[in-house]
Amino acid sequence: MNGQRTFFYQVGTFAVGNRLLDPAMRAGQADPDRANALTSGHRACQGCGEALGARYVLDAAMRATGGKLVVVNATGCLEVFSTPYPETSWRVPWLHSLFGNAPAVAAGAAATLRAQGRDDVRVIGQGGDGGTVDIGFGCLSGMFERNDDVLFVCYDNEAYMNTGVQRSGATPPAARTATTPVVGDRSGNRFGQGKDLPVIAMAHRIPYVATATVADLRDLEAKVAHAMSLHGARYLHVLVPCPLGWGTASGDTVRVARLAVESGLFPVFEAEHGEVTAVRPIRRRVPVADYLRLQTRYRHLFTPTRCDDVLDAIGAVAEDNIRRYGLIEHRDVEHREVSP
Amino acid sequence: MTDKPFAITLDIGSSLANHTGSWRVERPVYVNRRPPCADACPAGEDPLRWLYQAEERGYEAAWREIMAVNPFPAVIGRVCYHPCESACNRGQLDEAVGINAVERFLGDEAIRQGWTVTSSALPTGRHVLVIGAGPAGLSAAYHLRLLGHDVTVRDGGDQPGGMMRYGIPAYRLPRDVLDTEIARIVSLGVRLERQHTVSDLRAEAAGFDAVFVAVGAQLGRRIDIPAGDGARVLDAVTMLHDVADGQPPLLGRRVVVYGGGNTAMDAARSARRIGATDALVVYRRTRDRMPAHEVDLTQALDEGITVHWLSTLTRIDGDRVRVERMRLDDTGFPQPTGEYEDLSADAVVLAVGQEADLSLLAALDGVELDGGNVRVGPDLMTGQPGIFAGGDIVGAEQTVTNAIGQGRRAAQAIDAYLAGSPAPATPPAAPATFERLNTWYYCDAPATVAPRLAAARRVSTFDEVVGGLDESTALFEARRCLSCGNCFECDNCYGVCPDNAIRKLGPGLGFEIDYDYCKGCGLCAAECPAGAIDLVPEQARQ
Repeated sequence: MNGQRTFFYQVGTFAVGNRLLDPAMRAGQADPDRANALTSGHRACQGCGEALGARYVLDAAMRATGGKLVVVNATGCLEVFSTPYPETSWRVPWLHSLFGNAPAVAAGAAATLRAQGRDDVRVIGQGGDGGTVDIGFGCLSGMFERNDDVLFVCYDNEAYMNTGVQRSGATPPAARTATTPVVGDRSGNRFGQGKDLPVIAMAHRIPYVATATVADLRDLEAKVAHAMSLHGARYLHVLVPCPLGWGTASGDTVRVARLAVESGLFPVFEAEHGEVTAVRPIRRRVPVADYLRLQTRYRHLFTPTRCDDVLDAIGAVAEDNIRRYGLIEHRDVEHREVSP
Repeated sequence: MTDKPFAITLDIGSSLANHTGSWRVERPVYVNRRPPCADACPAGEDPLRWLYQAEERGYEAAWREIMAVNPFPAVIGRVCYHPCESACNRGQLDEAVGINAVERFLGDEAIRQGWTVTSSALPTGRHVLVIGAGPAGLSAAYHLRLLGHDVTVRDGGDQPGGMMRYGIPAYRLPRDVLDTEIARIVSLGVRLERQHTVSDLRAEAAGFDAVFVAVGAQLGRRIDIPAGDGARVLDAVTMLHDVADGQPPLLGRRVVVYGGGNTAMDAARSARRIGATDALVVYRRTRDRMPAHEVDLTQALDEGITVHWLSTLTRIDGDRVRVERMRLDDTGFPQPTGEYEDLSADAVVLAVGQEADLSLLAALDGVELDGGNVRVGPDLMTGQPGIFAGGDIVGAEQTVTNAIGQGRRAAQAIDAYLAGSPAPATPPAAPATFERLNTWYYCDAPATVAPRLAAARRVSTFDEVVGGLDESTALFEARRCLSCGNCFECDNCYGVCPDNAIRKLGPGLGFEIDYDYCKGCGLCAAECPAGAIDLVPEQARQ
């Protein structure tokens, strides 16, 4: 009986909260007085991962900054579904300008605040993968290069969902989109194209780069809190499944994000000044097919016949991630416990 | 002129004006499903409900939750074969929750703290006679008192408890524990008449409004085995009774126990404790077909009991017995092989089943017997109105837990009978299956195994074999409960709603869905660890 772990909870640190936990140890989202930076009534689809991710990130940032926060938003789903004139779902100071210039506007907001001596007010720039990886990429790279005091958050749903699911630089190989159809021997998006923006951001040697998903709230909140404790250019890349564009059930949004991580296809890590500093290991590894099968954008890999060559190629991507980031830890236990 | 900025023509508004609930085709609803532990409990307990209290260190509240159903937590925490644990969903994840061990901790804590129960029901003025002070009779008496009825219990024994006292050895159930829990029932105002064997039921029932017969199966079944001169043959029920009375029979050094049930295990283990150096169990089938529970067999084997499998006893002499080897046929039934073997034995204990003495009931009009059992309706009433029967004599599983459940059912049925209205039947809630759990959110951890006395010490005394949990291990164990099918306030639904459509009502109050904004995406239901949210199709508006 010695060494018994008394403070084991039926639900460990994976759940949002727990009535048995001290409130200070629950996730920020468990707080009945959370900021709800993106409030009810927005027009995002049922089960929208981006709406969920944006509230997670901005509530955590509001907590970290004591509510002194300005948000600059690129064009995209997030902007469209939250602000049909004259309504807004935002409960933070929020600014939208163009599709391509959000990082530059955010940098300008940070410069303005500095000029006004308001170093207590922090700036977040945010956008989808289209606005970040493709259209706003030049501005973002400039913001990184100048080390402007902005946290830029990319909500990555892996295509231009707002305009009808066109391919972006973040669309993964073999995914079907409106512009990468499954026709003849073309099996969705090509292999070998696209951009790995977290790695590109790391190449700028900025103070902080991290990836996260809506499937691990505590990890995401910790990364936002850490990012807000730093100054200079910071980049957070959040995987946010899109039921419409991915062809998943609206209730599967969190599950599919979890499987993206557990299959090895989406590595979750942190880096400072260009060096990887922490990795979230895979907890229950699954084959990539378990992740892909839930999504109709990959249906052509399973029906009418199973495309083992393509599945193997995607599996190789996962293997490469696992090797590159060390996603499989050799541990004899997998408990994540909460101390008293 | 407008006072608005350039190009702005409308007042700013909030999206709260946009009731996205109108998009919904399915509606999430919080439910309380029936967990498998509750479904499996013969006593009718709902372990999840008291584990929930114990998780918060609300041990007294947890104990009261048990006491509402079962007046013997400390007894059951020791002698139950815990079908709840066999059914526990956590068994499919790592190991079943040690429900029985937590129950024992709560029962013992109640004894340590002196917690008692009181009846808040108004006296009904009705008087019920209970015959038999075993687990079924005492459970019925307890619940009848809680319902406000007067109760008289008549029992032929010197001490109340029935098989709990005279069938279960003290190393499995210490007598002080039993005495305390019985005393608690009696102190509710139950009138207990000991050494009062009821033989003429019709005469004794006069003046009572209803009778509950729970006399148990107290006769050891005899079988015909040729026995020579000087053969010493006992039945296990009598032997265990004598041991419990402090008058252990002289068995000699080498004892053969014939049978494969729990009573055979109890008899063999008791034989070792009263001086036999060798206790051999002879059983006609194989281990996997043995009716004894695995834990009893394991503990017996640990104590040095040996088992002679696939053997029947064919002859008993003064110092030896003859066994015949058996083989199982295609249907699993043992068939003789004609091969014999002699074993030395100073005494033979027959543990081949127990029967009830039903002569008490046989004389009553309308009461039907059915092969050694009394025939009763679903409300446990016999063919004679007002005469109820339960426990071992109605053909149910012969365990203490089941008897306690039968006593409670009988009390409820008698209450309804006395009130002249049938007991309201509430359909059980839908089951909380393992498939409905989202196990991602649970950590893995092995069950806490109750500490055991060393086998060497165990065989020589009637000290208790299985030890209890302490406070910290009991708390740990309680917190392993997955709360299947019932909300335990993990905040997942509140967190994962992309529409901020779930209201958190505060500790103990759970959550509420704001259907003005809920789009019915189903994320809350999918990510609920316990499977406590159902998605229900919306009805088309008229």
